[in-house]
Amino acid sequence: MTALLEADGVGCAAGGRELLADVHLEVRAGEILALLGPNGAGKSTLLSVLAGDRRPARGEVRIDGRPLARYRPLELARRRALLPQDHEVSFPFPAAEVVRMGRAPWAGARSAAEDERAVAAALAATECAHLAERPFTALSGGERARVALARILAQDTALLLLDEPTAALDLRHQELVLRIARQRAAAGRGVVVVLHDLTLAAAHADRIALLDAGRTVATGPTGEVLDAALLSRVYRHPVEVLAHPRGGAPIVLPERPREAD
Amino acid sequence: MTATLPETAAPPRAQQPARDRRPLLLAGLGAALLVCALLAAGTGAYAIPPGDILASLAHRAHLGGHALERVPESVLWNVRLPRVVLALLVGAALGCAGALMQGVFGNPLAEPAVIGVSSGGAVGAVGCIVLGLDALGSWTVTAAAFASGLLTVGVVYAVSRSGGRTEVVTLLLTGVAVNAFCGALIGLLLFTADTAAISQVTFWQLGSLSQAGWAKVLAVLPFAALGLAVAPRYARRLDLLALGERSARHLGVDVERMRIVLITVVALLTAAAVAVSGIIGFVGLVVPHLLRMLAGPGHRFLLPASAVGGALVLVAGDLAARTLAAPAELPLGVLTALLGSPFFFWLLRRTRRRQGGWA
Repeated sequence: MTALLEADGVGCAAGGRELLADVHLEVRAGEILALLGPNGAGKSTLLSVLAGDRRPARGEVRIDGRPLARYRPLELARRRALLPQDHEVSFPFPAAEVVRMGRAPWAGARSAAEDERAVAAALAATECAHLAERPFTALSGGERARVALARILAQDTALLLLDEPTAALDLRHQELVLRIARQRAAAGRGVVVVLHDLTLAAAHADRIALLDAGRTVATGPTGEVLDAALLSRVYRHPVEVLAHPRGGAPIVLPERPREAD
Repeated sequence: MTATLPETAAPPRAQQPARDRRPLLLAGLGAALLVCALLAAGTGAYAIPPGDILASLAHRAHLGGHALERVPESVLWNVRLPRVVLALLVGAALGCAGALMQGVFGNPLAEPAVIGVSSGGAVGAVGCIVLGLDALGSWTVTAAAFASGLLTVGVVYAVSRSGGRTEVVTLLLTGVAVNAFCGALIGLLLFTADTAAISQVTFWQLGSLSQAGWAKVLAVLPFAALGLAVAPRYARRLDLLALGERSARHLGVDVERMRIVLITVVALLTAAAVAVSGIIGFVGLVVPHLLRMLAGPGHRFLLPASAVGGALVLVAGDLAARTLAAPAELPLGVLTALLGSPFFFWLLRRTRRRQGGWA
């Protein structure tokens, strides 16, 4: 079986600075791949390259075995969706209308009833149904993030690229978003998610790609990559990895100097 | 059954109130435009009753009716109707161009003037007047305004492109610089001009439809028709552009191509309007803004409604311009800006209060 998405020796630079170098990555159907790394490691740049926004100077990205450069924009829109970090909408479109925009690539290819079903399902899954008629511009940060996610879900693609989808969200909605990602993966989609919370990644991702200074320093199953020594080196801060008392999932904590000990 | 089902998809609410209002609003605007056009055609130094106007129109269209006496027939067909039709075309062009601009730039404050089409057109027109060029007879000013307006937009666009893409901020800032440069050129031309030329330039810059005739109608018609026909084809893609360029591209929109097409359309619409009527401000800014507040930002409604709304405002505005101070005539551009700017200010305050900001 070919991978949904492959990055093969991808490198790119901007303003004389190397942003990515020799990145190899593979996303298979049915898995969540977490993209981790310190600030400036190149996570968002890599996501741009994977989405086709930025053409890599070296290497190649393939979706379904075909290089990105050989896709037309509409074909690509039916295969991959990207949730950006910031959610701006220029005009006060109602939230439901924003989600409906996610159906644009399927215009003419699917029935209107199917479009409406997809929109309603996406709104319900992200717990946004009650926001449907509210103008997007009047929503809170967390509500916008969820409506934006609903739009990505409505796009109904085999590949989902999520750039820090939990950044604006409270604990309950962070779990909700990753649960949705899990459901999508279980339904045979591939999910790439950029996260900063290592424990969250540990709990939900199947595999982790750890980036540092534009290079993949480790790629593998969650338990292998979340190694205290490796993380301490990459994040340049001492880190300890504990096992959850129930189930044993890794919990990653930065070491903190103790005051009264 | 005691087990609770997982949360199922709520059925989408059938219609939102704003959407219900749209066809009605569009029909209302259309009806108001017809009434206003009929009123404008009948009002003036020589009044013509609406019944006679309809009869004469029907007569010329070979649908019955009857011709009027020599004088009213001549006033109607040689003076009033070309002016009303020109106001309608210019208004539709400006309204539609304004809605397109705001959509392309994702900014409710964008207007065609921003990309230099108006000031560029003014340089051409003023140059012709001051330098006394008349290679194309009475058409010289119109043709020069049109050509230099398009040329300016082309320069602004070419300068702000880099690496096959155009950053909106760069485009706007380039427009600001080019507008300032055009202003300086106009100033320089005026500096060298004689008094007669200066008064002619001033009159042109104020914006007016008093020189209307069928020839001018025919000059605007192809550009207005082309622009108004192309614009609605991009309505859905303009909606998607509200998500930002990147997200629009991810939904399959060829953003750069769309931007080139639509800026060309805006330039054609505005240059044609400026060429025959001078600078008439605020229609392209206020009309789409008001309609967006009334019926939401969807471009499938906004583009045609802004065209009809713009036409309505200019037909009514021109009627007011030539009747308020009769027998003198107010410059139309002055009137629209005089009424438009306080109105726009009120709109801004109101929208801000309601939404708590523009973000």
